[in-house]
Amino acid sequence: MSRKRPEPMQVVKQRRDAALRALVQGVPYIQFLGIEFDRRGDELTGLLNFNETQIGNPFLPAIHGGVTAAFLEVTSIISLSWAYLWPDIENGAIDVEAMARGEMPGLPKTIGFTVDYLRSGLPRDAYARAIISRSGRRYATVRVEAWQDNHTRLFAQAVGRFRMPQPAREPRD
Amino acid sequence: MVDKSVMARQFIEAIPHAKALGLKLKDIGDGMAVIAMPYDEKLIGDPKTGVIHGGAVSTVMDTCCGAAVMSHKDAPGGTATIDLRIDYMRAATPGQTIVTTATCYHITRNVAFVRAVAVDDDADNPVATAAGSFTVEAMF
Repeated sequence: MSRKRPEPMQVVKQRRDAALRALVQGVPYIQFLGIEFDRRGDELTGLLNFNETQIGNPFLPAIHGGVTAAFLEVTSIISLSWAYLWPDIENGAIDVEAMARGEMPGLPKTIGFTVDYLRSGLPRDAYARAIISRSGRRYATVRVEAWQDNHTRLFAQAVGRFRMPQPAREPRD
Repeated sequence: MVDKSVMARQFIEAIPHAKALGLKLKDIGDGMAVIAMPYDEKLIGDPKTGVIHGGAVSTVMDTCCGAAVMSHKDAPGGTATIDLRIDYMRAATPGQTIVTTATCYHITRNVAFVRAVAVDDDADNPVATAAGSFTVEAMF
């Protein structure tokens, strides 16, 4: 028995990128804030593209705490969905083209979100990465950190608790 | 002395992101603030249902809590969020304005403690609650 020949790299990459694009571009609020995601394998980094409408304190100036919280929450939800969808994206069980047409899979719902503001958000791009502490069938807990310029100098961190999307058909006998 | 509420109102209304979200300051004074966020399709977080993203709710909550602190009689000037916790009770009904009410229930020389609640048209059934601590800054 020989092992299956691996798919060509472009095919794998194309499918992963199309799935991520559909997930991110399907949500109007993510577009409104100007958040994008950088993917390396299964690892995602959120990117908050700075623009003047994100300012919360015009005197400093600083990014609005709400924008920071939203950026952390968006990064958590996308990272959590991505990890949850990943096996089905890899084995082709998810129809990526249907996703791109707007047939989105269910998203995790936020139960609670707690943000620590460590320093003020400067008027420039920010980055965030989420670590899934636990993702079960019903609930998930995610830690998430955001920084600007220097990864070791976080400007905010948060913990989120989520209710996981439930599969449409629940096999029970 | 300049009226605190007037100062806080001017500050809130000058916030670029509050304008981008269409936030409206309904009431302010004595450590209490009410801010409304009208429904807008650009704020949708779940395209399947049209429900507003939690991040937008966080922003009204944060703005409202900050406004409550600034309007408190013992707050000399501005404020910044130290931490904010939000609990989501239910999805806000698509199409309805979200109204948040924040109360600064305790303030020391350095820290202000705030609670807030967000409702839609069904005002007896909160969409979300928040609790946070804020810095107490000197004069503007």
